[in-house]
Amino acid sequence: MTTTDLPQHAREVRRLALTTVHRASAGHAAADMSAADILTTLYWDFLEVDPERPADPERDRFVCSKSHASAALYSVLSTRGFLPEQELDSFGQPGSRLCLAVSCRLPGVEMSTGALGHGLPFAVGAALGARLAGSSRRTVVLTGDGELQEGSNWEAVMFAATRGLDNLILVVDRNRVQKGASTEEINALEPLEEKFRAFGWAVRDVDGHDTAALSESLAAAPFAPGRPSCLLAETVKGKGVSFMENDLSWHSGRMSEEQFQQALGELEA
Amino acid sequence: MTSSTKPSECAAAFSAALLERGVEDERIVIVINDSAETHFATEFATRFPERVFDVGIAEQNMVGVAAGLTNAGRVPFVHSASCFLTARAMEQIKADVAYANANVALCGFVSGLAYGALGGTHHSTEDLAWMRAIPNLRVMAPATANDSAAAARALAAHEGPAFVRVISKTLVPEIFPREHEFVLDRALTVREGSEVTLIGTGLGTTRLLGAAEILTAAGIEARVVHMGTVSPIDAEAVASAAAETGRIVVAEDHVVSGGLGGAVAEAVVQSQPVPMLLLGVPDSFAPIGPAEWLHEHFGLTAERLAERITEWLG
Repeated sequence: MTTTDLPQHAREVRRLALTTVHRASAGHAAADMSAADILTTLYWDFLEVDPERPADPERDRFVCSKSHASAALYSVLSTRGFLPEQELDSFGQPGSRLCLAVSCRLPGVEMSTGALGHGLPFAVGAALGARLAGSSRRTVVLTGDGELQEGSNWEAVMFAATRGLDNLILVVDRNRVQKGASTEEINALEPLEEKFRAFGWAVRDVDGHDTAALSESLAAAPFAPGRPSCLLAETVKGKGVSFMENDLSWHSGRMSEEQFQQALGELEA
Repeated sequence: MTSSTKPSECAAAFSAALLERGVEDERIVIVINDSAETHFATEFATRFPERVFDVGIAEQNMVGVAAGLTNAGRVPFVHSASCFLTARAMEQIKADVAYANANVALCGFVSGLAYGALGGTHHSTEDLAWMRAIPNLRVMAPATANDSAAAARALAAHEGPAFVRVISKTLVPEIFPREHEFVLDRALTVREGSEVTLIGTGLGTTRLLGAAEILTAAGIEARVVHMGTVSPIDAEAVASAAAETGRIVVAEDHVVSGGLGGAVAEAVVQSQPVPMLLLGVPDSFAPIGPAEWLHEHFGLTAERLAERITEWLG
């Protein structure tokens, strides 16, 4: 696998995610677009996971705390063979395995998320468990940025540093907006990098839509020996679909058929 | 059924039994929010320091970390004061443990009114109601030291999300033998009687047993049932009690709404409706005072229970 293929995989993930949310008339397309490149890089370039053995004890662990990006996660899982592409049609439908919030009903998903601020504490436990087992497997957790307003994250941030969990990587999808407004207007996260450093983490900043840069940054973890790593991925909510980009109304907006076709066209451009 | 009436410490017995299981089963770990001594985790920590995770004063992270440890095949026992564990981390208990079907044993120490004069912030008199509302979460409340030890063994042997309400600081008479087994999801009749059934859990069980002994002197033969598992409740045992004795009394160191009384009432109205008397903490916060005084204040001693039951039976 080479990083030159990643943009093509990310395009396919975006296409599948847009199709999934449009068909279901449900989900959060702008969040999917925000996280698409991160999820693609993780699953196509970084995580040691195998769809044939989703419960392999030595697999890397990925926790998608950014549960709003469920369609993007399910899409990337389908491109990696964890579920048939056809099953994406069942997103949110009666009896489906594909809950609108990320659900561990699906093999390969470590944790059901949706209540924000739960993924990082869980990942800290998983990373402690890996260390206790003497395993070199890695634990990666993706959070949104608005989600970092939940205090439970900071309980876990302190504890991960106390325990020196350098087998843990937190990727923050830093698109700077939440449902109602910018994160900085509502409950400011900045200076975020300094906060993580002050809490004892090693921090890097990356363009969250540059798959080669994401790949390089992830490969560099741990960013400092004996410290948990935080990768602040600077993103654009709605990235790749012009009318969604940074438009708050697309948090859970629905596309018309015309908009959907326009969006697919822009992906190919 | 009485094997000894010597009062004993339930929390210490629970933790000693867990340590024994921990020697045999290295999957067992403890996650705790400081206060290892209060919740009897120090011996485990001395023996197995690498298997104790003290997250500090951070209950949400505590339960999340425990759920994450199950992802690595560990069997976490979360030791915490019941008031902070159940209220502060309720969403983690619901989502990360019960919804996820994670094999975590949530151990609520210093339950009920045991914190005494520390007051309403520390009393845990709503925990049974909160916990039993959560699907896929077994809710247990052992009654004595031997029952608590047996509950720890049962939890270690059984897979699945559970909350166990542990009696701390209040000494209770022992009514079970050392080799006693805690049978999950089953009520246990600890005294036969035909005129009324007294149903308790946790501290309530031995208090009601004491009340039954007073009642027998007054010519009233009361059956006493220990409901060691509050959720799922043993509805058959409740129905039998209703059918065979015609009246049911529940007493608990918990608010009268939503706890064991509510659970028993739900079973009774769906099987064999009979008159019930629900005793416990009324819809109020406790005044300031030591736990024994609070038990007296709320009528949860054997003598006061016997008086109220006699009056109700008429």
